[in-house]
Amino acid sequence: MVIKDFVKGLWHENPVFIQVLGMCPTLAVTTKAVFGLSMGLATTFVVVCSSVVISSIRKLVPAQVRIPMFTVIIATFVTAADYFLKANFFEISKALGPYVPLIVVNCLILGRAEAFASKQGVGRSFFDALGMGVGFTFALVILGSVREILGAGTIFGYRIMWQGFTNWIVMVLPAGAFITLGLLVGVFNVIDKAVQKKSS
Amino acid sequence: MGNNFLAKIFNNEIVRIIFALVLVGVLSGAVLVFIYNYSMPKIKVNIQKETEKAINTIFPGAASNSPTKDKGVYSVKDSTGKVIGYAFIAEGNGYQGLIKLLAGADAKISILKGIEVLESSETPGLGAEINTESFQKQFVGLPLTHDIEYVKNQKPEKPYQIEAITGATISSRAVVNILNGKINEIKKTLK
Repeated sequence: MVIKDFVKGLWHENPVFIQVLGMCPTLAVTTKAVFGLSMGLATTFVVVCSSVVISSIRKLVPAQVRIPMFTVIIATFVTAADYFLKANFFEISKALGPYVPLIVVNCLILGRAEAFASKQGVGRSFFDALGMGVGFTFALVILGSVREILGAGTIFGYRIMWQGFTNWIVMVLPAGAFITLGLLVGVFNVIDKAVQKKSS
Repeated sequence: MGNNFLAKIFNNEIVRIIFALVLVGVLSGAVLVFIYNYSMPKIKVNIQKETEKAINTIFPGAASNSPTKDKGVYSVKDSTGKVIGYAFIAEGNGYQGLIKLLAGADAKISILKGIEVLESSETPGLGAEINTESFQKQFVGLPLTHDIEYVKNQKPEKPYQIEAITGATISSRAVVNILNGKINEIKKTLK
């Protein structure tokens, strides 16, 4: 059960490729793989912590005000993540700029709180959130890698394209984010269909 | 009777809602105080280190620096105590938010020694390229007798020109404008 909760976030309910949630950071920060990774990890931290807290207080929350309460809890963890990055990973925090505070409005997190953590036990909520967080990170790193390789000729800062390779500037522009995301969602679906065909 | 009264109040839905909201707010506030106390000293050290590092990058021969009476302007001295230039913080609006620069000029404020970006929230991959060395080294040695200008998609022809970043003209222009504004200001105050 717990393993199922974890694994579904990686593939069948992947927040980016299947649910298409949290598009603002997905599109905005994935110009480089390292930004995708750090944004993914920060989001994972927030979704795991807030899911655990929300799940453990779920019986005390009056239904009418659950959204504002969830939002306050999420905002607390986002601020914690933001300050932690600023204190310990100053360079990355500078590069991500306003997108770390903006995790508050990432619908992936409120979505997990509303759809899962507010109804399930702490253990299941933890693994559900962890799966979603890892799935989100995985998607952002792939997106960031593709855009960095084609847009800057590097991956995680290491040059891998040949000398004289012309950077595809469009890939680091917003348009490149949409193009890459669209193609990746397509690829994801093709693989998914092939796998399903094989197993049936 | 007193207990009855309390129970009545607590069974009231509105009271329960207010209580829950206040409680979650107070607890979050308390958690944030701890986080703030833990991280703020570290963040301050980071910012200070960054300013020091920026000054030392712009002035390789710098031995010490001290704030002048103008806020955000530092006089930079070499090991003999001679003033070799001035470092100054200049900030203004970029494409998406504040851009904070540290720039250095020689003692006569006639040549720009270089710039470093301390803070910016420009678009990653585009405007954020103002953080790269290749953009910043264009400013080294620019004469300050003329306002700095930028050109697009071509090599600079005049000594006081720099080439704007492709796809990020607004950010490049912001850097140039912020510098020009501050340089004209300190030219007046330091002379």
